[in-house]
Amino acid sequence: MALKIVKGSIDRMFDKNLQDLVRGIRNHKDDEAKYISTCIDEIKQELKQDNIAVKANAVCKLTYLQMLGYDVSWAAFNIVEVMSSSKFTYKRIGYLAASQCFHEGTDVIMLTTNQIRKDLSSPNQYDTGVALTGLSCFVTPDLARDLANDIMTLMSHTKPYIRKKAVLIMYKVFLKYPESLRPAFPRLKEKLEDPDPGVQSAAVNVICELARRNPKNYLSLAPLFFKLMTSSTNNWVLIKIIKLFGALTPLEPRLGKKLIEPLTNLIHSTSAMSLLYECVNTVIAVLISLSSGMPNHSASIQLCVQKLRILIEDSDQNLKYLGLLAMSKILKTHPKSVQSHKDLILQCLDDKDESIRLRALDLLYGMVSKKNLMEIVKKLMLHVDKAEGTTYRDELLTKIIDICSQSNFQYITNFEWYISILVELTRLEGTRHGHLIASQMLDVAIRVKAIRGFAVAQMATLLDNAHLLTGNTQRNGICEVLYAAAWICGEFSEHLEDPMQTLEAMLRPKVATLPGHIQAVYVQNAAKLFATVLRKHDGETESQAAQETSQLLIDRLPLFVQSANLEVQERASCILQLVKYIQKLQQKNVEVAEEVTALFAGELNPVAPKAQKKVPIPEGLDLDAWINEPPSESESEDEKPKAVFAKEEPKHSRSRHTEVDEKELARRREVRKQEQANNPFYIKASPSSQKVYDAPGVEHIPVVQIDLSVPLKVPGMPMSDQYLKLEVERRQKEKAERKKKEKKKKREKRGKERKADSGPESEEDITPAHQVDIVTEEMPENALPSDDDDKDPNDPHKALDIDLDKPLADSEKLPVRTHRPEALKSPAEDRDSESVPQETKKKSGKEKKKDKEKDRKRSKEEKKKKKKHKEVEEELLESQPEEAVQSEETKEAAAPPTSTSAEEVTAPSSAAAAVDTSSAAAPESEPDEPKDTEPEDTKSSKHKKKKQKKEKEEKEKKKKKRHHHHHQHHSDAGGEDSVQNGTVEEEEPLPPMSNYSLLAENSYIKMMKEDADQVYDIQGNHQDESKVVVSVIFENKSDSFLKSMEFNVLDSLNSKLQRPEGAGAHDSLTVPFQLPPGVSNEARFVFSVQSIIMPQKLKGTLTFIVKSDESSTHEKLDFKLHFTCTSYLITTPCYSDAYAKLLESGDLKGSSLRLEGINMPFHHLLARICFHHHFSVVERIDSCASMYSRSIQGHHVCLLVKTSDQTVSIDAKCDEPSLLGNVLDEIKQTFSKC
Amino acid sequence: MIKAILIFNNHGKPRLIRFYQYFAEDMQQQIIRETFHLVSKRDDNVCNFLEGGSYFEVLIGGSDYKLIYRHYATLYFVFCVDSSESELGILDLIQNMLLFTIVYNFVMQVFVETLDKCFENVCELDLIFHMDKVHYILQEVVMGGMVLETNMNEIVAQVELQNRMEKSEGGLSTAPARAVSAVKNMNLPEIPRNINIGDINIKVPSLSPF
Repeated sequence: MALKIVKGSIDRMFDKNLQDLVRGIRNHKDDEAKYISTCIDEIKQELKQDNIAVKANAVCKLTYLQMLGYDVSWAAFNIVEVMSSSKFTYKRIGYLAASQCFHEGTDVIMLTTNQIRKDLSSPNQYDTGVALTGLSCFVTPDLARDLANDIMTLMSHTKPYIRKKAVLIMYKVFLKYPESLRPAFPRLKEKLEDPDPGVQSAAVNVICELARRNPKNYLSLAPLFFKLMTSSTNNWVLIKIIKLFGALTPLEPRLGKKLIEPLTNLIHSTSAMSLLYECVNTVIAVLISLSSGMPNHSASIQLCVQKLRILIEDSDQNLKYLGLLAMSKILKTHPKSVQSHKDLILQCLDDKDESIRLRALDLLYGMVSKKNLMEIVKKLMLHVDKAEGTTYRDELLTKIIDICSQSNFQYITNFEWYISILVELTRLEGTRHGHLIASQMLDVAIRVKAIRGFAVAQMATLLDNAHLLTGNTQRNGICEVLYAAAWICGEFSEHLEDPMQTLEAMLRPKVATLPGHIQAVYVQNAAKLFATVLRKHDGETESQAAQETSQLLIDRLPLFVQSANLEVQERASCILQLVKYIQKLQQKNVEVAEEVTALFAGELNPVAPKAQKKVPIPEGLDLDAWINEPPSESESEDEKPKAVFAKEEPKHSRSRHTEVDEKELARRREVRKQEQANNPFYIKASPSSQKVYDAPGVEHIPVVQIDLSVPLKVPGMPMSDQYLKLEVERRQKEKAERKKKEKKKKREKRGKERKADSGPESEEDITPAHQVDIVTEEMPENALPSDDDDKDPNDPHKALDIDLDKPLADSEKLPVRTHRPEALKSPAEDRDSESVPQETKKKSGKEKKKDKEKDRKRSKEEKKKKKKHKEVEEELLESQPEEAVQSEETKEAAAPPTSTSAEEVTAPSSAAAAVDTSSAAAPESEPDEPKDTEPEDTKSSKHKKKKQKKEKEEKEKKKKKRHHHHHQHHSDAGGEDSVQNGTVEEEEPLPPMSNYSLLAENSYIKMMKEDADQVYDIQGNHQDESKVVVSVIFENKSDSFLKSMEFNVLDSLNSKLQRPEGAGAHDSLTVPFQLPPGVSNEARFVFSVQSIIMPQKLKGTLTFIVKSDESSTHEKLDFKLHFTCTSYLITTPCYSDAYAKLLESGDLKGSSLRLEGINMPFHHLLARICFHHHFSVVERIDSCASMYSRSIQGHHVCLLVKTSDQTVSIDAKCDEPSLLGNVLDEIKQTFSKC
Repeated sequence: MIKAILIFNNHGKPRLIRFYQYFAEDMQQQIIRETFHLVSKRDDNVCNFLEGGSYFEVLIGGSDYKLIYRHYATLYFVFCVDSSESELGILDLIQNMLLFTIVYNFVMQVFVETLDKCFENVCELDLIFHMDKVHYILQEVVMGGMVLETNMNEIVAQVELQNRMEKSEGGLSTAPARAVSAVKNMNLPEIPRNINIGDINIKVPSLSPF
């Protein structure tokens, strides 16, 4: 052994440490991967050694390699080993590695629960701290549930260092285990007023994080936060609180009013930019929430804007950026105050920092008005020219289009100008946004009727100069614009000056190089143009022009007929044949113009993008149903080429097909309007479009007088600029005229509407250059208003939307580790866990007070009932193995509240069964003896007494429920437990397994003993005796009342019943309850056991009084308590590596067992062994499984279970042969029973 | 909440990574690469925030996040945070707490004798050889994605106490001596005497020994 240690330390000297590894990697720049792989091999060797220092060193290096991207999850178990080292140095390394690479899917995490729990309660605060830090990174729902209570205890630790960490980690616990939020919240709230600033800051942090997601639940904390805000000097805390208020004010405007003053004070006084900025932000949020109700905050707005201007003007880019960010928030509600800083924002467009430019652009979007739109867009166009790098230029382009098209072209007064802007934008090289421009062109041309003439002229020019666009780029770039141009020219060809020329431009051979979907549009619209040309020359006999046109088409179309694109080919060949036919007719001098025009007759109306979605599904329409019987073989469907404008296509066909005469249309429209007016659910259109709806039909749209006196092409000057100039002139003229005419009238009106209108011109004063009719998009009749719910269903914070003001019901408790009955602990240990129940009691006391104030007695009673119910529940569950408790816990939480008939049951009050989950042992639950049993902790006993009083009152109500739950519990326990064992896969539902066996029975009472006695070990204390808890269910079978039950057992040398202090060795224990007829209840008795290798039998007697209406008799019942060896085993998970090591060690002695005629699925078999004999499955391969368990005195028991044809062979190994023999016998018995 | 803290050098080599949400190793590396790509192409005189964009959508899984970073000599300190964090606060945190504690801590431990070179160079070498120690410092500043402590004195004191504990246990190895030799040639002239974190003035405790 000594040699081994020496050898280990010599080895260590040659081991690489982290620094050596890093240096090595740096020295092997060329073959880094190879070097690292040898290092990993070394690390694997090191991990195999016993020396924990070597392991820790290896894990430390792995942490570094993990950072470089190497998967180190294979070493997870070694990390756990290092974590559980007793030395802080190694523990820290282990936890660091775990926090870097553990996650919810890491299976060894479940092995860490007890280790972490131990570290959390370590006397060394840094052990605790390191565990908390690590846990914060890899906490899983299971860990959160198991450790919530321990962490909550730490929130009241004496050391602030631990307190603050515990408080902070609670947020993670809440996220993973939302049920813990309500029980833990009162204490979290307390921590807001912790004397230590760090703890306070942590609490603020957690609550802010919670409140951010579900602000409404935290409104009641506002006064407390308000107090903190006015008293705290910690900027970090202040910032958090102020941010929180920002989230709360929209929900409670009164809060906002109160906040304004302290916030403005802070703004004036603070020198910390971060605080100033957050204050401004929150003031803005307040003002937004108040914007409707409060007129008198212009001073605050001014203050904010002023401060923001200072930020924006600062040379620090960060402040500038944040200033713009905050500015954009003000903009939404108070655009006026921001617009006065337009100069500053335009200046920011020149900033060298792109993110600042983009922010400024965002601001511009909100700053435009009818008045300044042209000017702003002009500035932007200048930037487009200057911009280097396509990304920023594309960003500018989209912004320009966004700005202009926002809210239905609200700010555009002159659409000719807008079309020119769009045309100018087509000159951008290499932009990706060709389709964006194109769709704008289409949109404007279709919806603004008045502009069509102008648009068509521009588009014709574009088509003519198509080579300029297609010259450089073939990809999905600017040539998309041609799609729009061709379509507009074709559809509105009646506005074309020279359709012949356009037609010629559209049929140039170069067109064939365009993308297919554009060519298709070209071909289709060439046909439209052809129709227009024919009609133009209608009436002229033997028209040369018309025939020339036909010939042109016949000459050029064959090019498209050969196109590889199906759409183009199909359209071209159709049209080609059509034209050939027309040509024949023309040669015979037949009038064809009218018929050809009829091909393209009818008006196209724009359809709202969501229209299709809003069409209600007709009754009886099932789109999934087969129309015909399904064909035997499905035909492969051709995938449609994804054209950018594919969605536009249906429009064509739709209007073409439904040709209804104008009168009918008008009639329908009237009907629909009537319907809409009467339908309260119909979404009314925006004001600008409302106007249009009022007009009774398309034909009534006022015709625009386009001022075509403007020379359209002035060399050297972009067209849009001329519009700008013109516009200014026009406005001035108009203004002068209006001043004369309408001065008085307007003044009056405006004075009423707005006080602070300082500008010389207000929005309304600017009349559009021409009366533009913006056609509203069509919506289907009786469209359904739909609100899109965008909430992410997977948001973990959704689960935390929990009402925190509701008084805490006692059913909401954190799962307490019930496996250690408190009465059995040494005093030192006691104090630690004692504080938990105490705390919960305090809370519930508080809550009750609240209740009284609210005078909600009814709900109070109900709550208490629930609480009772829960307590009983837990009490019962305590007797189960730990896993079962946990699963039951969650299960039961969801169980519906119990029947109200409980109140009718009357029974004399009796001793409380158990004060709460942690006081499990029978003696302690005696109400008359709390002082005796807990002399060391008077404080807690005081609490308990109080509580017990209350419980007495409640006693009657709860009686019945006990019974009820009992059975539920019975049947559930089996299945749940086996699943909880984790390693057993559930292939098919397991048969219910019951833990309880009959102990004794007579005509009055039945006693059931739980087979799987809960076992308690105090291994950690190295005492030579162990303790076993026996749960006995007493069921009253008679019609009489049973009371004064006393339980006694004749002690043996080996096993003794634990009696309260001061009681003699043969005194009996009072069963802490009475039993009304038909009711059952459970009591627990603690035995101390010395040797566990043999099963034990103890004789006992139960005496009780049977009380009926007439008489009362004394009765007794004898029973035998059987302690099996199984009951000394505790389910302990074991990792396969450790298991293998254990088997290799050779310390174990073997034995085996053969079972014949076992007729059950293998996983049932395993589940049974797990359940009845407290084993856990280590590994399972097909019909072979290794299992492990540990006795309360630390004996390892390993099983290898194999099955074939109804024969099960079990090879077993244990370091105590007689224990093993007995366990195997018991297993055999279990299976012989079934 | 802080989603991640990344420290890498001018070449994108990670010096410390700390994710507060699980990502597989290859994903972590991709995030580091993309982040490096984003911040490294920015000039030093532009603002220290980066937000929006497909980067966050694809990699981090949400557009609520932004990057707040600082660039010191050869190192980038990058925080990926959501909207509940104060931008300027985090910048202060990087500058005043994190960076300074790291440097301060190493000054106390390793570089006691030699103090005449650049303040910033210390960082990268520290990080290279003592990633674990930097983690321990970071753990006192940020925990589970939330800022734990902003009081410098407190951070330094706690780190000191833990290091002392480690020393009393004999430490992990005999490495410090070698580390000292590795960085013998560097030193620290201008440790700020007085760090201004907003309103809070932190007097640097007892730096006089050197």
